[in-house]
Amino acid sequence: MAMTPEQRATLEDVTQFIYREARLQDEHAYDAWEALWTDDGVYWVPANGEGGDPEQEMSILYDNRSRIALRIRQFHTGKRFSQTPRSGLRRVVSNIEVIGDDGKEVRVCSNAIVFESHVRGDTIWASRNEYTLRREGEGFRMARKKVVLVNNGTALWSMAFLI
Amino acid sequence: MDNCATVIPIVPDRSAAPRWDQLVQADHVHGSLYTDPAIFQAELAAIWFRTWVYVGHESEVPNPNDYVMKSIGPEPVIMTRAKDGSIHLLHNRCPHRGNRVCVTDKGNARSFTCPYHGWTFANDGALKGYPFPSGYEDADRSKLGLGKVARVQSYRGFVFGSMAEEGPTLEEHLGAAMKAIDAVCETSPEGEVQVTAGFLKHKVRSNWKFLVENETDGYHPSFVHASIFEVAQSGIGTLYSSESTAVSRDFGNGHTENDLRPEFRKRDVPMSWFGTTAEKLPEYTQKMNAAYGEEKARRIMIDGTPHIMIFPNLFIAEIQIFVIQPIAVNETVQHVTALQFKGAPDLNRRMRQQTMGSVGPAGFLLADDAEMYERTQLGVQSQNPEWLYLGRGRHRERRDENGFRIGDATDETPSRGIWRHYRALMEAA
Ligand code: FES
Ligand SMILES: [Fe+2]
Repeated sequence: MAMTPEQRATLEDVTQFIYREARLQDEHAYDAWEALWTDDGVYWVPANGEGGDPEQEMSILYDNRSRIALRIRQFHTGKRFSQTPRSGLRRVVSNIEVIGDDGKEVRVCSNAIVFESHVRGDTIWASRNEYTLRREGEGFRMARKKVVLVNNGTALWSMAFLI
Repeated sequence: MDNCATVIPIVPDRSAAPRWDQLVQADHVHGSLYTDPAIFQAELAAIWFRTWVYVGHESEVPNPNDYVMKSIGPEPVIMTRAKDGSIHLLHNRCPHRGNRVCVTDKGNARSFTCPYHGWTFANDGALKGYPFPSGYEDADRSKLGLGKVARVQSYRGFVFGSMAEEGPTLEEHLGAAMKAIDAVCETSPEGEVQVTAGFLKHKVRSNWKFLVENETDGYHPSFVHASIFEVAQSGIGTLYSSESTAVSRDFGNGHTENDLRPEFRKRDVPMSWFGTTAEKLPEYTQKMNAAYGEEKARRIMIDGTPHIMIFPNLFIAEIQIFVIQPIAVNETVQHVTALQFKGAPDLNRRMRQQTMGSVGPAGFLLADDAEMYERTQLGVQSQNPEWLYLGRGRHRERRDENGFRIGDATDETPSRGIWRHYRALMEAA
């Protein structure tokens, strides 16, 4: 079905937002990345599949807004050794689809491939990402980001960068 | 402090079979112990496939016919609960042509059917049947079941397996570690722990022994975890300083601990071990008082849970359990989950939250520990100096009232204890 001009414009805007988020992560621009979040933001990386109830089961990462802030403060100490030296990162984000839009919040999915260069060696990470982006003024902020790594049921190397 | 090279003039003879007395000395160990593939193979035989190894917890298979995939070292093992409630540890290898009979992490099944030629096994391992039986004339079916781990035994729900028919009993192996497991269970108002929150699996490019040693190394936290201590008021940092009254302990049999109770007793605040107060956990506190009486409940809630490494693979870290799985000489996986105390939902929720924050591949603490394991692994590949020095606190090592060796919070008493036991096991093999 053809998109309406409004849908087309929304897709364009969320795509730009997601590209920007990817670049800030790749470049370890921690404060700019943190500023993308709403005050009630939730950053979730499930373990063992799509993720059951994160309130009951272990997740690789399940940060509320204050824990996101703590994570960023830890980076800023300069003693987060798993990121000292920092991983070299470049990610490709694609397959962006708007799957819901109630006028206030847009739900978006994408695929991502992340290339990481680390002291340990090079690693490729692949994920399906789900975002809830809240309209604010002219743009968006992230209210929720869920990163489902395709290999999250297997043993993973350390992953202390922003995924 | 003496220089290693002057203390250890011996260059180990590496042409023949390893001489363990040359490689493991009272306060030095040779770097090849972490890098030599032949030594790794020898460890599988002498430690992982011989002594008692922690496999899983009974609460992971609560119902008849439940099963869960586990491991002993690199070997996959299926932990099953048969119809009669008994627990079995089965090798995941079809006795016909060697196929895997189970490829799902967990489930409920009365039997396992091998997908290759359809042989079927009961969940206690017995062969139930094979297709086209007229093709077998005098096969002894009783010998064609799944391989079973020779000895299986639980202690308070913790299931251990030994692939050797004979050897020390589980009680003999655990020794003083039994009391520590008791203390963990006692933190539950119902006296039981549960392992129900699912595991994080964190892989590191490091030898397994670097992990075992690090679990009760009280020297590193101030440095490796400085980043998180600086930004979060966890109160952990001071427990592992040179001013700390906590002690490190060698229980023998390779089991070691950081005993933090002296610090918690000094604070004298219930639940301070968990960084909170009894007032914030009213339901839990009330249940503990009802279960143990106020006096004992108060003592339990001040002392907290142990920080103990049960050799070779079960680390109980206050609120978590880690299961260490060696994969190769330079690759290890840590399986980790939050402990859950039966009857303590308010405490359990916090334990899950804190566990998710601190451990696993992205954890505030463990990602940095992992970085250290991996860098030490790279380091020991360098040739000079050949030895690692474990002498910290040797001059002030002493015995506690039970005769166990103890040292200060930051001393290497645990590492020396681990290596003493290691050498005994390797020499006995
Ligand atoms: S390999 Fe299992 S039935 Fe043949
Ligand atoms: Fe640590």
